[in-house]
Amino acid sequence: MTPLPDELNIDLHYWMRLTRTMDDQLVTLWKQGRGVGTTFNQRGHEAISAGAGIALAPDDVVAPMHRDLGCYLVRGMTPRRLMANQLGRAAGVTRGRDANLHGCGDLSLNLIGFISHLPQSMPVALGAAMSFSYRSEPRVALTFVGDGSSCAGVFHETLNLAAVQRAPFVVIVENNQYAYSTPLHQQMAIDRLAVRATAHGVESRTVDGNDVEEVYRNVEEAVSKARDGGGPTLIEARTMRMLGHAIHDGAEYVPQVLLDEWKARDPLILHEEKLTSRGLVDHEYLARVAEKCREIVDDAVEFAESSEWPDPGTVSDGVYAP
Amino acid sequence: MDSNRTGTRTMTYIEAIRDGLRTEMRRDPDVLVMGEDIGGDFGGAFKATQGLEAEFGARRVMNTPMTELAFIGAATGMGLMGLRPVIEVQFADFISTGFDSIVQYAATTHYRWQAAVPWVIRAPADGGIRSGPFHSQNPEAWFVHTPGLKVVAPATPADAKGLLLSAIRDNNPVIYFESKPLYRSLRGEVPRGDSATPIGRARIARAGHHVTVITYGEMVRQALIAADRLVPKVTVEVIDLRTLKPLDRDTITASVRKTGRAVVVHAANRLAGVGAEIAADLGQTAFEFLDAPIHRIGGLDVPVPFSPPLEDAYRPGADDIMAAIRETVAY
Repeated sequence: MTPLPDELNIDLHYWMRLTRTMDDQLVTLWKQGRGVGTTFNQRGHEAISAGAGIALAPDDVVAPMHRDLGCYLVRGMTPRRLMANQLGRAAGVTRGRDANLHGCGDLSLNLIGFISHLPQSMPVALGAAMSFSYRSEPRVALTFVGDGSSCAGVFHETLNLAAVQRAPFVVIVENNQYAYSTPLHQQMAIDRLAVRATAHGVESRTVDGNDVEEVYRNVEEAVSKARDGGGPTLIEARTMRMLGHAIHDGAEYVPQVLLDEWKARDPLILHEEKLTSRGLVDHEYLARVAEKCREIVDDAVEFAESSEWPDPGTVSDGVYAP
Repeated sequence: MDSNRTGTRTMTYIEAIRDGLRTEMRRDPDVLVMGEDIGGDFGGAFKATQGLEAEFGARRVMNTPMTELAFIGAATGMGLMGLRPVIEVQFADFISTGFDSIVQYAATTHYRWQAAVPWVIRAPADGGIRSGPFHSQNPEAWFVHTPGLKVVAPATPADAKGLLLSAIRDNNPVIYFESKPLYRSLRGEVPRGDSATPIGRARIARAGHHVTVITYGEMVRQALIAADRLVPKVTVEVIDLRTLKPLDRDTITASVRKTGRAVVVHAANRLAGVGAEIAADLGQTAFEFLDAPIHRIGGLDVPVPFSPPLEDAYRPGADDIMAAIRETVAY
């Protein structure tokens, strides 16, 4: 497969590194007792969230979920706002209303916030896609769900409706092997999750979710097809959730051999090796990017920890739109 | 219908709903209707949308597969993008199949990330028409209990149109409970063109001195029948709530402070119904004005039964309201 353009590959690397740095920092904060509530681990998902996010045009709409920190960053949500949200501060995306990455929507960035009831973002993103058809706008809506979500009724209802509507809609199923503690074989009796789309008349494919070039290329093709009136696509991106479901979860139920197998294919390291082996960047460059990301994340933590808590007097504000 | 013309027309409750839909679809190209069986010449299980596809096309009159979770969620996505979908759920009983999309997603969105979700769900509710447990329900209390939703329940053709106009123009998710037994049995004057009934304001359907009956939907008709029969011994004030969320607590309290007696009525089952909130509220706001205990009437705590003698035993009516009024006034 021909590589992606150099500049794009370097860009993809930056967003994956920033995602990893911020995720590592979240783990540290929570282990130090500086977190609020819980936080959801991103490790293993960086190529999917950043790769898919970059494949969208600015006018396209995306509804990420709790493993898609990379997508929020790519779409322009600042680490400061995201970190403040993680810590429940007034300066957070949801002004202290919703936890961690939940509800981190911002229509000025064409980002739709999710709820815990996955995959409820699926029909909502489909509705955005249907609005583009309604207004004859050349835009696409994309959303992410998990292997667990693919078992839910609304997943199938949405694919069915998307196919009937021939909507400009792309679904990425991040198949990370586990729905909380439940392994794939206890969730479904099929080998390839993408076949679920076939029953509904939705084109689908399965890709290596740890290869950011492969993720990008496939999402870009699906998005272009949708934009050209070719209807919806489902992409199963296979990866491994390398840490627990959330910060409290040691994930002792995951066999070590499985983690070892996937650790050898870490999406960020894999991409860095590609860049260096192609002679695009050297190790000094990689160290500089890591340092820059470190500074950005440190700044976000300092900002969030020193920013105001929400005023309890505002607890009832904003339930209704004016 | 020309919105510049003044005056009224006599129409049935369901014609008023159709008139409201047509009025808004003509006024605003972002308004569309969607749901099961609503398109084509068929025009819905109750014909509320009949003729709309011929005028506005299939793009704006969208037949959906039997996927309430998906199409209500899709309406949320459309609303986020600035459209104003009006969803028909065919029967209010079926609204439970889309519950997550309503109470978890749509209702919480503005509070969480300040994005408006302007949709309306039209829910054909209520019984008394021998339709059994799954085509007769009044599930409004679920939604009144949900922060972020608005809930309306028109009792007259004028409000069927007027509240629909307001619901469509509102920037929040609104559940619009229409009363099936009123569809073709209740006629009334309906203003032509633009005639929005404000959300959140009750109506004094009949003025009186001795007792206040607080109700909504088809029970307004039953309360008015009861009030007629009690003249001249007792004059009954009937409050038609029109909006169940937010409740017009001021109008309720002012009336009960005046009459000193309250009978709260709804067709939905009484246990933990909307009437419980009203009665509890009056217990605080009108306590010192009350001359009798607040009386509550509602459906029994059983599934809505099918057979006429059973449904009549389940469902309140004018006779029950009269008995309650007599008891309250005699206290």
